[in-house]
Amino acid sequence: MVFVQSSAETAGPNLLEVRGLTKIFGTLKACDGVDLTIAKGEIHALLGENGAGKSTLVKMLFGSLEPNDGVISWNGEPVTIASPSMAKKLGIGMVFQHFSLFEALTAAENIALSLQADTPLSTISAKARALSYSYGLPLDPEALVGDLSVGERQRIEIIRCLLQTPDLIILDEPTSVLTPQEADKLFETLERLRAEGKSILYISHRLDEVRRLCDRATIMRHGKVVGHCDPRQETPSSLARMMVGSEVKNAERPPSAASGEEILGICGLSRKPAGPFSMPLKNIWLSVRAGEVLGIAGVAGNGQGEFFEAVSGEARQEAGDAIRIRGQQAGRLGISARRLLGAAFVPEERLGHGAAPRMKLSENLLLSRHRTDRKAFIGTGGFVKSGAIQSAAQRIIKAMDVRKSAPDPEAAALSGGNLQKFIIGRELDRQPALMVVNQPTWGVDAGAAARIRQALIELARGGSAVLVISQDLDELFEMSDAIAVMHNGELSKPIPIAEATLEKIGLLMGGAEPGHVHVSAETA
Amino acid sequence: MRLELVKRPQQSTLFAAISPLIALGLTLVAGAIVFAMLGENPFEALYYYFVDPLRELWSLHELAIKAAPLIIIAVGLSVCYLSNNWNIGAEGQFIMGGILGSMLPVLFPTFQGPLVLPLMLLMGLIGGAAYAAIPAILKTRFNTNEILTSLMLVYVAQFFLDWLVRGPWRNPEGNNFPETRRFHPDAVLPELFPADGRANLGIVFAIVAAILVWLLVSRTLKGFEVRVLGASPRAGRFAGFGTTKMVFFAFMLSGALAGLAGISEVSGAIGQLRPTISPGYGFAAIIVAFLGRLNPLGIIAAGFVLALTYLGGEAAQISIGVSDKVARVFQGMLLFFVLGCDTLIHYRIRLVRSALKSDAAAVAKAAEPASEGA
Amino acid sequence: MGMAESILLTIATAATPLLIAAIGELVVERSGVLNLGVEGMMVMGAVCGFVAAALTGSPWLGVLCGILAGALFSLPFAFLTLNIATNQVATGLSLTLLGLGLSSMIGESFVGSPGVRLPNLFIPGLTELPLVGRLLFGQDPIFYLSILLVFAVTWFLFKTRTGLTLRSVGDNHASAHALGIPVIGYRYGAVLFGGACAGLAGAQLSLVYTPQWVENMTAGRGWIALALVVFASWRPLRVLAGAYLFGAVTIGQLHAQALGLGIPSQLLSSLPYLATIVVLVLISRNRRLTMINTPASLGRAFVPDR
Repeated sequence: MVFVQSSAETAGPNLLEVRGLTKIFGTLKACDGVDLTIAKGEIHALLGENGAGKSTLVKMLFGSLEPNDGVISWNGEPVTIASPSMAKKLGIGMVFQHFSLFEALTAAENIALSLQADTPLSTISAKARALSYSYGLPLDPEALVGDLSVGERQRIEIIRCLLQTPDLIILDEPTSVLTPQEADKLFETLERLRAEGKSILYISHRLDEVRRLCDRATIMRHGKVVGHCDPRQETPSSLARMMVGSEVKNAERPPSAASGEEILGICGLSRKPAGPFSMPLKNIWLSVRAGEVLGIAGVAGNGQGEFFEAVSGEARQEAGDAIRIRGQQAGRLGISARRLLGAAFVPEERLGHGAAPRMKLSENLLLSRHRTDRKAFIGTGGFVKSGAIQSAAQRIIKAMDVRKSAPDPEAAALSGGNLQKFIIGRELDRQPALMVVNQPTWGVDAGAAARIRQALIELARGGSAVLVISQDLDELFEMSDAIAVMHNGELSKPIPIAEATLEKIGLLMGGAEPGHVHVSAETA
Repeated sequence: MRLELVKRPQQSTLFAAISPLIALGLTLVAGAIVFAMLGENPFEALYYYFVDPLRELWSLHELAIKAAPLIIIAVGLSVCYLSNNWNIGAEGQFIMGGILGSMLPVLFPTFQGPLVLPLMLLMGLIGGAAYAAIPAILKTRFNTNEILTSLMLVYVAQFFLDWLVRGPWRNPEGNNFPETRRFHPDAVLPELFPADGRANLGIVFAIVAAILVWLLVSRTLKGFEVRVLGASPRAGRFAGFGTTKMVFFAFMLSGALAGLAGISEVSGAIGQLRPTISPGYGFAAIIVAFLGRLNPLGIIAAGFVLALTYLGGEAAQISIGVSDKVARVFQGMLLFFVLGCDTLIHYRIRLVRSALKSDAAAVAKAAEPASEGA
Repeated sequence: MGMAESILLTIATAATPLLIAAIGELVVERSGVLNLGVEGMMVMGAVCGFVAAALTGSPWLGVLCGILAGALFSLPFAFLTLNIATNQVATGLSLTLLGLGLSSMIGESFVGSPGVRLPNLFIPGLTELPLVGRLLFGQDPIFYLSILLVFAVTWFLFKTRTGLTLRSVGDNHASAHALGIPVIGYRYGAVLFGGACAGLAGAQLSLVYTPQWVENMTAGRGWIALALVVFASWRPLRVLAGAYLFGAVTIGQLHAQALGLGIPSQLLSSLPYLATIVVLVLISRNRRLTMINTPASLGRAFVPDR
């Protein structure tokens, strides 16, 4: 590990100095005595895996969380940042990971809300337009946010932040919603801001971009700072070791045996937008065979959620043959009937969709299996066999190594990774012929993520078909035998993993002519 | 100073059990204050209100008569509220059950025999269920807010009953009084212990209904469906449970039970139809449902508590001359306190001393060099 | 005064309480809070307004007390739903139940006592104008206030920064909190304003519409006001239109009863309630439109993490 002295540091006091910052939620120390120094005019990376305490730390810096202990100094003066408006007054701006935007308002109104009052809306529109073009982030101030794509929404967040002329800009996982090409553009903007003398705190778990962009890095694990370094001097694997604390093995993917029969067939699936701001699906064709893992890439909000609902049967189709499961027409069937055909589903949202937060794990087991395992779990008169569901839940907990604090806790009491292991395990326990998973490892720590990926690959190699929808390209490249890309409600043809490159997939994610890639995919 | 809610990792079983008791205690304290403001000795007033009615056997019978409809309605409402269907029109379903159930003795007084009463009860169930189906249809077909429609239908039912007893169903031998003929003995709900007091079969219905619904909600797949769809509708759809079917199930079950309460009241306690057949049971049952924490067994106890406020109101008016309107004030306050205390089940409440003033000064000081630099 | 003119005047008098209560609730719902206690706050305004006017002889003090009573009475609701995150539907209901009980207790000794009516405006020359004189220049002050309120609320919501912030709180309270907007503060303001409006609407009932106190005299008007907000898709000017439509239905059925057309009076009396249902059905049918118009945070409890 190399400690670097930034040139700015010698020039005067650091812009921001944090000593011993601590935040406790109940019994959990989300941040435990964190130290952090940010110099003027540097891009500083904050690295750590999910749940390491990065978001908690920056929320305290932005005044949306109140620290239990510790000192924050700004330009050498100790300060207490009691609210986001105080943070803004100091000169701290923030671009949130989960945007803090208002869908029913226009872009200009959204921007106005975070600026000091008394600026008329028309002035804000003009300023926002000018600023957005000068940074190469074109933006229509009159557009309703609900109608915009995720990338466009992020632009609003960034413009809104820049209009406050902050000295420190905090970006929380900004590239997780961008295509690789869009991310490149963002990096140019950030480099330009650095050249203008602004400091940037850049939060990420993507090591390549940190090595490329950042001057210094602070690494967190389990709420503590475990190291500082110059990311350019490190390798991705040395950074990963610092983040995770141990070697993380990539999932092993034995060669595919995807000569099998078609398990899931999707033929010309279309769907009208379900809500005011949701995406229509346009003429989707896809075939997933026994033995293969098929990945679907795409920027968030391009129809993945709508697609999942259509495949799972939470939204039924008008035409029965739009979806075929093991040769049976399933388009008009509901989710329970599709499960009876051998399908299993894991949605993106764990709490409130894949699991009922305030119910016990054993009851949550019943959620997706009351129909398929009716004989085992439901007795005469519709009475639930509580002994049977409890022992089945314990079996899953053991098989997936779910860590918990009580014998049969509520779903909400589990960490994200452990709950996801339970939800995946609940379906694997049935040995489904088809498994459809949306964002399998979103917000999950590295150890649990590796275990989940390995389990899905093993399921496929055992003769099932696995369809994985993910925004994490690394994950898809690690798991899939072929990758298709979803953009604007349309799905590209799958590209075999041997031919797939980051650039090719990235272009498709950005909506490039699918035909171009089709050709190369078909010539293979 | 400000209040801060800290989410508990698990629901507090302790507070789940005692929160209704805390609420009762707070209501008593607030009640004492109200009595003191009315110029009464608060302890004496509370005694007459809450203890005196429990001292005599006939009075306990009256308590059971008042508790029965409250429990029957509230048990149905608990299924509605657990599944997140806001039926607040039980008063109307109560009236419609009473009307339909009374058809036989009013229109066919010569049809008598042991079959009459079961048929009346059945028609009461049907009347309430059918009337409750209206907001359910409007909610599922037209996306119409069920709170407002179910409530509007209460007024309509009240006017309908008023029209019947003043018009087509008025007792032909009744000197133009707005009431139907009195029910013949076969159409009257039998009393349990006629020697001691008036309590009738209604209280038996109430306890049986509560036990059956408790089994349904806590032990069966259907009950699981009710709870999942209410607490996390999206997870419910993921489970393959139908939202539309659940709306009908919850509304029609609670409507049927309200209708049963209606015909039991008309045939048991009153013995004929009148322009007003309920002292607001349909609304008081909402309080009962929440006081019982939406648990049918808890609702049995809660029903007796609310019944006591009715009896106590009458008793206090006679003995110390306090208006019986106080009863409704008690009931309203009770619901407030119950809802407030329920927060303790899910959250810890902390009082936090805020240091905002000194913070503002610190920021202003620190912001100066920053703005120079910008 | 001609028949048509007097009918129009009575329609205005019948529409005014609905309009005021609905405008207040509209602001509350725009901030993301659903207060089903309108009926309760309204009846408290009616009884307190009546009692204050009867005791002091001043209808003006009555109006003031009505407003204060409505606002004060909304406070327990605000505390429970905003500070300790109780279920808004149930808490609003309990406000209505408590209001109906408390008002009947407060007003018990005033049933049947003579009321004091708020005087109508009289401007020599203008009020005596034929046809429009009484309608435009001869009504009670609350009528003028109600019209003023509609336009003031429209301006506030859509032209001021505070109004924009209030709407943002109703759209997404988590985002608003992240930006440092005091969500609970804004909602307190909105709930108090809604309470004051409901109180004023109640005072209009007991000091203008029928200057006397009758138990439960609001007779479901608070609930109709709630329906009007949905009917109006949360737009103030549409509330104005809706309130006058309901005023017309109310007055129309009263006239029909007087004429004795052979229709049961009970059927006519239930017309306003049936009309509410019909109107709600018509407006809610378009699911998509309803979804766009409804404030997205409406009715959801907000617990800030700190």
